Amino acid sequence: MLKRTALFEAHSRLGARLVEFGGWEMPIQYTGILDEHHAVRKAAGIFDISHMGEAFVSGPAAEAFLNATLTNDARKLAPGQGQYTLLCNPQGGVVDDLFAYRLAPESFLLIINASRAALDIAHLRQQLQSFESRAQVTLDDACDRLSAVAIQGPTTPLFIDALLPAAALAAAGPDSRPSLLKRNRIASYPVGADTVWIARTGYTGEDGFEVVAPNALIEGLWNTALQAGAAHGLKPCGLGARDTLRTEMCFPLYGQELTEQTTPLEAGLDVFVALDKPGFTGQAALLTQKQAGLPRRLVALRMIERASPPVRPHYPVLSTDATPTRLGETTSGTLSPSLGLGIAMAYVPLSHAQPGTRVSIEVRGRPFPAEVVKKPLYRRPVPAA
Amino acid sequence: MSNVPSDLRYAKSHEWVRLDPGAAVVGITDHAQHELTDIVFVELPAVGRQVKAGEACAVVESVKTASDIYSPVSGEIVAVNAALPANPALVNTAPFGDGWFFRVKLTAPAEVDALLTPDQYLAQIGA
Repeated sequence: MLKRTALFEAHSRLGARLVEFGGWEMPIQYTGILDEHHAVRKAAGIFDISHMGEAFVSGPAAEAFLNATLTNDARKLAPGQGQYTLLCNPQGGVVDDLFAYRLAPESFLLIINASRAALDIAHLRQQLQSFESRAQVTLDDACDRLSAVAIQGPTTPLFIDALLPAAALAAAGPDSRPSLLKRNRIASYPVGADTVWIARTGYTGEDGFEVVAPNALIEGLWNTALQAGAAHGLKPCGLGARDTLRTEMCFPLYGQELTEQTTPLEAGLDVFVALDKPGFTGQAALLTQKQAGLPRRLVALRMIERASPPVRPHYPVLSTDATPTRLGETTSGTLSPSLGLGIAMAYVPLSHAQPGTRVSIEVRGRPFPAEVVKKPLYRRPVPAA
Repeated sequence: MSNVPSDLRYAKSHEWVRLDPGAAVVGITDHAQHELTDIVFVELPAVGRQVKAGEACAVVESVKTASDIYSPVSGEIVAVNAALPANPALVNTAPFGDGWFFRVKLTAPAEVDALLTPDQYLAQIGA
């Protein structure tokens, strides 16, 4: 039985087409993937991301525990700041990629992937058992009581403040409105007896916000956003557009770019791995891999010809020699709605990882020319002065 | 509610057939284009290719999926819709008109009688 979010009825009323994702029944599209994709690039889109998991880690040793468990350096987070980080196994393989926010000096909020949530919590609990100061850390699995929406796109700052009742904005103070948050910052807002968290972050490459709230509040926030955003081009968007948007930005998706058999270094996520901080799970393996040299690297690929078929996951990537060799396979692939071209990501040997390298992507037995390009695949056009 | 024109015959795999003098025009139904969602790529068979009824001979791709298109009838591909590769969205906007796929010169015209009638196809898609 698939799980349903607190917004399931809202999706049905909006005519969403539903699919299974990470054990959840989620909207893949409302009006159409292309339409929703362009809405986010040009105006705004709202996504139900309630399938994602939340966990609170708190206590005097919370920072030390997270720093021994996650790859990025949690010490760098001031209260209200967030960072992208990874949870690795002892072999340096990725258990999950996540966002960690420091809500208060001794309180953190983790946002984890739906398909990995139960496993992450188990992994964290197990690590906590062997953590020296475990008595000073509390791990609270909030997956079942919290929901979330992502509101993404260039017009979102114009209406995000309208999601909150006047009392919540007043309580937070005039300098703490969501629209004034800086990138990767989070703030909490009292709504009645509950708390709503708003962070300026996202998975689309556009300006935007993620709103985390108790299940009972999420449909009200969703409806308020649709109403407030209507004049700013806001559309409900499904996982289809979320996937094309994140692929254009080369943001990894767990299960495709990231698995327990891939390391963050191979995925090009070095800046989120603080190899120089005191010990964390996977550190030794990652240091060894760095010293030995990476066997392969995740690259961005773009088709050369506009008439090429769309790329999909698991298509072979070949060298362009007279006798082509198999370099790897695509982990993600789609038609880029913004570029009008096939795009993909793939792990290839370092010999073929340099931008400018020509390769072929095999579609239904036929090779089509492609090129390794710098990430991201899509860059927002610079607005005319 | 899908449009199912009464002057066409239908394959269970959601292609339609219109009989013209000496040939059959093939496309995919309104129901099929709606299920496939935004069509972004169409691959057509080579003109001159011999196809058998039920043979996969074209590909249609949406943003999320690739699907084979089967010829409902046997014969020779005598023409393809040259406008489709550059404008695949025609399949969404005019599935029974400008979004047609190919023309087949029939070698077994009786096959057409075995295809679904509009009422049978309506029943299949539960419309």
